[in-house]
Amino acid sequence: MSDFSKEQQLFRDIVSRFLKEVSPPEAVRELMVTEDGYDVSVWKRLCDEAGLAGTHIPEEFGGAGFGPIELGIVTEEMGRTLYCGPFFASAVMAGSALLLGGSDATKASLLPQIAAGSLIAALVLDDVDDLGRLGHSVSVDAGGTLSGGAGLVVDAHIADVLIVVARGENGLELVSVAPDADGVGVTPVEVVDPTRKLSRVDFDGASCEKIGSLDDAAVEALWNHLSVALAHEMIGGAQHMLDSTVEYTKVRFQFGRPIGSFQALKHRCADLLMDLELARALTHHAARCLDSGEGEPYAASMAKAAAADAYVEAVKAGVQLRGGIGFTWEDDTHLWFKRAKGSEVFLGPPHVHRERMMTMIDKEGVDDIQRGEGGLVA
Amino acid sequence: MNDETIRETVGRWLDENWSPDRSLREWREILLEGGWAAPHYPEEYFGRGFTNEQAKVVAEVFKERGAVPAAQAGPRRLASETILACGNDDQKQRFLRPILTGEHSWCQLFSEPGSGSDLAGVSTRAELENGQWILNGQKVWNTSAHHADFGILLARTDWDVPKHQGMSYFLIDMRQEGVEVRPLRQMNGHQSFNEVFMTNAVVPAEDLVGGEGNGWHVATTTLSFERRGFVDRFSGEGYRGDRPGRIYDEYEAEVEEANEPYTWYPQRAGRVDLVVPRARETGAIKDPVIRQEIARLLCMHRGSTLALAGAEAKRKAGTTQIIPAGSIGKLAASVIARQASKVHTMIGGADTMRSGSQSAEDGVIAEILISVPAISIAGGTDEIQRNIISERVLGMPKGHRADKGPFREIKRNS
Ligand SMILES: Cc1cc2nc3c(=O)[nH]c(=O)nc-3n(C[C@H](O)[C@H](O)[C@H](O)COP(=O)(O)OP(=O)(O)OC[C@H]3O[C@@H](n4cnc5c(N)ncnc54)[C@H](O)[C@@H]3O)c2cc1C
Repeated sequence: MSDFSKEQQLFRDIVSRFLKEVSPPEAVRELMVTEDGYDVSVWKRLCDEAGLAGTHIPEEFGGAGFGPIELGIVTEEMGRTLYCGPFFASAVMAGSALLLGGSDATKASLLPQIAAGSLIAALVLDDVDDLGRLGHSVSVDAGGTLSGGAGLVVDAHIADVLIVVARGENGLELVSVAPDADGVGVTPVEVVDPTRKLSRVDFDGASCEKIGSLDDAAVEALWNHLSVALAHEMIGGAQHMLDSTVEYTKVRFQFGRPIGSFQALKHRCADLLMDLELARALTHHAARCLDSGEGEPYAASMAKAAAADAYVEAVKAGVQLRGGIGFTWEDDTHLWFKRAKGSEVFLGPPHVHRERMMTMIDKEGVDDIQRGEGGLVA
Repeated sequence: MNDETIRETVGRWLDENWSPDRSLREWREILLEGGWAAPHYPEEYFGRGFTNEQAKVVAEVFKERGAVPAAQAGPRRLASETILACGNDDQKQRFLRPILTGEHSWCQLFSEPGSGSDLAGVSTRAELENGQWILNGQKVWNTSAHHADFGILLARTDWDVPKHQGMSYFLIDMRQEGVEVRPLRQMNGHQSFNEVFMTNAVVPAEDLVGGEGNGWHVATTTLSFERRGFVDRFSGEGYRGDRPGRIYDEYEAEVEEANEPYTWYPQRAGRVDLVVPRARETGAIKDPVIRQEIARLLCMHRGSTLALAGAEAKRKAGTTQIIPAGSIGKLAASVIARQASKVHTMIGGADTMRSGSQSAEDGVIAEILISVPAISIAGGTDEIQRNIISERVLGMPKGHRADKGPFREIKRNS
C-alpha cells in the first residue's frame, strides 16, 4: 500500500489547520441552530483562500484538478471538525453528478461556479438509502416538466440551483431547476443531526433544463464517489471521537485513579482503534481505487460500511465513557454522535452496502484471498 | 544492486553451482560459502547485507530455477533473528550456520505453568556452577519442542531484583539428559505443543545471550519478530516441479517434518479463502443473513491486509514502532478468525456437527471450528494485545501493579 505523498500530506496539514481555525466546536454550535446552518464568510474563505470547493474538479472547469484521494483528505478533515457548510452538497454531491453525467456545455457553465463557490448547488436524489433505486419518485417528461418529490435533500434550503436526478423516457436524466421556480417547493425537514440540514423538495409541473443523463454505470460510479467521500468524513469524525474520549479518560478520576486505567475502558478503546484502523485502510484504499480505476469494484461499499460501523461504535463509546456529562447538551460529544447516526444511513446503511458488495461478488467473483495462518507458528 | 543485476548475479552463480543431484547438506554448505543462504544477513555472517526486498528477489530466482533454499522458516527463524540482533560474534558464528544448513531446528521455551501472559514472571532457575549454567524448572506449550535440537529459553538468574531485571536468555541444547520433552494433546486432537522439564540441564556459560540480567530485553526482541509475522511456515512447494534430482526428496522430507506441528494452523486463522467457494457450493450464498456476515468478514479481512501493509510501509519509513502495529494486526487476526468460524458454521448448518472425513472439505471445516480458539491465546492473548494497544498506542494510564519490588516477594502460582 502506497501511503500519501509529501504533497498530499502537506495538503492535509493546510486543510486541517484551516478547518480547526474556522470550525471549532463553538462555531458548530452557533451555526447548527441557525436556519441556514453555515457562515457565508467562512464559506467564501474556504473557496477563495483555500480553493477547496474545486478540489476534485478538473482545471479546465476551474478546479484544482485533484482526484478522489485529495477530496477524501478534505472531507476527512471536515468530518473531524464537523464543518458546517455546503461543501458536501454542492462540491461533492452536485459536482460529482455533473462530472459523471453532465453534458459538456453544462460542465463548462456550472462547474466553474461550483468550484469557485459562487454558486451553491444541491443534488436532488429521491432515494438516499439505495442509489440503485433512483428515479422512483421524481420524473421528467419529454417537454422538461418535473413532477414528484424527494424527502431528504442536503442543503436544498440554501441552494442557488437544484441538480435533479429524474426518471425520463429513456432512463435517468440530469436536470437543473431553480429552487424558487414555479412548481418547486423546498421545505426544511426536522433532523437528528443539525449540522447537516435536510429539506423536502417537491416538483409540481416545474419546467427544468435538461443537462445530462446517468446510465447504470454512471449511477454506480456516482454512488461510489459519494460513498467514499462520506466514508472519509466518517473516519475523520471517528478519529476525533476516539482521541477526545481517550483524553477524557486520562483526566477524569474515580476511585483514586484515572478512569483510563480501568481495563474495561482500555479494552473498549483498543477495539475502537482496531476497527478504525481497518476502516481507515479500506477508505483510503477505496479512494485509490477510484483514482486508478483498479481494485475491487466493491471497494467503495466496503469503505462505507466499515467506516459507518466504526464511527457509530466510536460515538457510542464517546458518550458511555464520559458518563453523565456525555449525555448532556452542554458537552460536545452529542454533536459527533448525531453526525455519526446521520452518516451511518445516508447514501446507504451498512447492510445495504454489504448487500451491494455481495451482489458484485455474485457477478464478478471475489478478489484473491490468501490462505492466512495468523502469521505465527510458535 | 538493482533487481536486474541481482537476478543476473544469482542466475550466474546458480549456473555454476546448483545441482539437484547433490545431497541436501552438501548443497547447503555450498550455498553458505557462496553467500546466498541468507543474503539479508550482514556480510560477516554468511550474508550480503541485502534489504528484505533484495532478498526476496534472490528467493524468487531460486524458486524459478528450482534451487533449494536455506532452512529459514519456523521457530528457528525466531532464534536466528534474535541471535543476529542480540548475540555476540561467537554465538553468531556458531549458531547461525547450522540453522541455515538445516542441521538444527529450534523451539521457543518461554511460557511456564506459572507464567504465560506475565512472561516476566518466569521461575525456571538458572545458576552458574563451575563455569556452566545449571537449569531447573518447567516450560509448557512449547510448539515443535519434540523435534527441536535447540531452544531459546528465558530463566531467572537473580531473585532479589525486580522481576524484569532478574532474567537471562539462554540457548539450550535439547538433546541432553537434563531435558525431557512430553507432548501435549490439544483440544483439536493435534499434538503440536509440549511440556519441557529441565532437571539440572546444562547450558555452557558462553550460550547466554545479551548479558546476564538482560533476558527481558532479548525476549521482547524475539516477541517483536514473532508479532511481525517473521515466523512463516516452511514453504517447500513450487521447487521441484517435474524436475528430477535426489535433493528434492531430502528437501521435501525436511519440510514435512518441520511443518508437521502446523498442518492445522491455516484452520486456526479461519480459512477465509474457503468462505465464498463454500457458500456458493452449498447455496448459502443466497441467504440474506449469511450474505451480511460474509460481507462483514471480507471487509475485516481486506481492511486488515491493507492496514498491515500500510503499517509495514510506515515502519520502513521509520515513522511507527513495530510492536503496536503488530498488536493491532494480531488482534485483527483473532477477530477475523472468529468471524470466519461463525460464517463457516452458518454455511454448514447442522452439517458442522460432523467431524473427520465426514465433515466438509475432508475435515477441514470441522478443524476450523475447533482450532480458531488457539489464535487468540498463542503469541500473546487478545487481552494482552488490547493492553498493549491501549497503553502504548493510545497512551492510556497503566493500572495498579502488584508485582513491584524483588521478585522473591511477589505473589505467584505455587
Ligand atoms: C497453540 C499455542 C502455541 C503456543 N506455542 C508456544 C511456544 O512455542 N512457546 C511458548 O513459550 N509458548 C507458547 N504458547 C503459550 C502462549 O504464549 C501462552 O499460552 C499465552 O501467552 C497465555 O498464557 P497462559 O496460557 O499462561 O494464560 P494466562 O496468562 O494465565 O491467561 C489466562 C487468561 O487471563 C487473561 N489475562 C492474563 N493477564 C491479563 C492481563 N494483564 N490483563 C487482562 N487479562 C489477562 C488472559 O488473556 C487469558 O484470558 C502457545 C500457546 C498456544 C495456544
